[in-house]
Amino acid sequence: MSAHLRVNPIACQAHGICAELLPERIALDEWGYPVLDPRPVTSELMAYARRAVADCPTLALLITED
Amino acid sequence: MAGGPGPARPMPLAEHLERHGGFLLQGFGGEGAPTMLIDAVERAGLTGHGGAGFPTARKMRAVAGRRRPVVVVNAAEGEPASHKDALLMRIRPHLVLDGAVLAADAVGAREVIVALHGGPSSAHAAVAERAAAGLDPVSIQVVQVPKEYVASEESALVRFLSGAPALPTFTPPRPYERGVNGRSTLVQNAETLAHLALIARHGDQWFRSVGTPEAPGSLLVTVGGAVQQPGVYELAFGTPLKTAFEAAGGFTEPVQAVLVGGYFGAWLPAETALGLPLTPADLKAAGAAIGAGVLLALPASACGLGESQRVATWLANQSAGQCGPCTLGLPAIAEDLAVLSRGGKTTNVRHRLDRRLSLVEGRGACHHPDGTARFVASALQTFAQDLARHQRGNPCPPTRHPVLPLPDDAGGS
Repeated sequence: MSAHLRVNPIACQAHGICAELLPERIALDEWGYPVLDPRPVTSELMAYARRAVADCPTLALLITED
Repeated sequence: MAGGPGPARPMPLAEHLERHGGFLLQGFGGEGAPTMLIDAVERAGLTGHGGAGFPTARKMRAVAGRRRPVVVVNAAEGEPASHKDALLMRIRPHLVLDGAVLAADAVGAREVIVALHGGPSSAHAAVAERAAAGLDPVSIQVVQVPKEYVASEESALVRFLSGAPALPTFTPPRPYERGVNGRSTLVQNAETLAHLALIARHGDQWFRSVGTPEAPGSLLVTVGGAVQQPGVYELAFGTPLKTAFEAAGGFTEPVQAVLVGGYFGAWLPAETALGLPLTPADLKAAGAAIGAGVLLALPASACGLGESQRVATWLANQSAGQCGPCTLGLPAIAEDLAVLSRGGKTTNVRHRLDRRLSLVEGRGACHHPDGTARFVASALQTFAQDLARHQRGNPCPPTRHPVLPLPDDAGGS
């Protein structure tokens, strides 16, 4: 089982906080919207990923387990 | 469709039943019960004709047996270059409605919604005719859908039919999980249901008697551009693209490229395209897809870049405006393409456009940005030579009439 990031692009308002909290997996495009790294979120990164999910003002960032 | 060409006028119910015969409803018997029609559809290898080409039986199984499911006939063709579903609903509404009723019966739905553009039509008349004849054990309702390109996207359609604006939604949930008013919903393209109605009557072997083993059956194709008789033609899968254009009376002038699949499709150079068999695998190998079955011939006298730029601008304007990368990215892409097609020293713009094209892909709730990026990327590739000439200061001569159709109220620049 591996964890991946997903963004709800309708909810996302380009606050950019996620990219600050998880630069290992999230970059911002030229318009300030997150570009997600498709690689899984490793266990070392999980705490930071959860923080990024929790701190998104529009709750647009998700961690999916598959 | 259905045993050779018939009259190009609305076929009344009596004539329809005389031509095709009636059909048997078997019903969804519950979990573990035989699903004869779904099995036949699976053996037939029927896939969706709305653009995505998803296996129809799989979609049906996902809905079958869920609580109070709904069947939606998607006849709201958003693609300006496609006319097949509108034509089908006009001249063979009963074949589509048969398919909808059969599909509803097979998955245990009592309700069918027909989603289309425009007001009173032969589809409305056909529904009334069936109700008067007491033909169907399910209710059929016709709903008019907004004209916007994204409105006929599956999730947008489901949302609209639930009383909200016709805008795509974030998935999951998918319509089979939570669709119209929260109920499990089977959304099928109108043409797909017409094929299903024929499979129910004649069986999967009959369906497979045309086409190829991997791409069985036939499809409706809207042929346009520089052809003698633009229109909708039925072709077997595997037919060479050249034959599709011959069916439309052949070319009116030399042709440089073919747009395959419509505005979410791809441009191919004419010499590549014309020899290709019309199958998903062959088109995919060439970098294209059948999409909603559009084939447009671009005459040598037209400028592929200018034509593409006009459509890209329209597509950018058709963004639902919900997702940032689409709302901001597509106008930026269209503008870059406009700069490139005007010519001059534009190396930086080209790099920026390439980056933006890869940047928007997969970043919308629906596939609008992906389709638009694919279309523009294929234009850059197919018209690379023109692009180089434009950059050396030799733009194409202006053409009087654009080849690629757009709705009347839209234009681009």
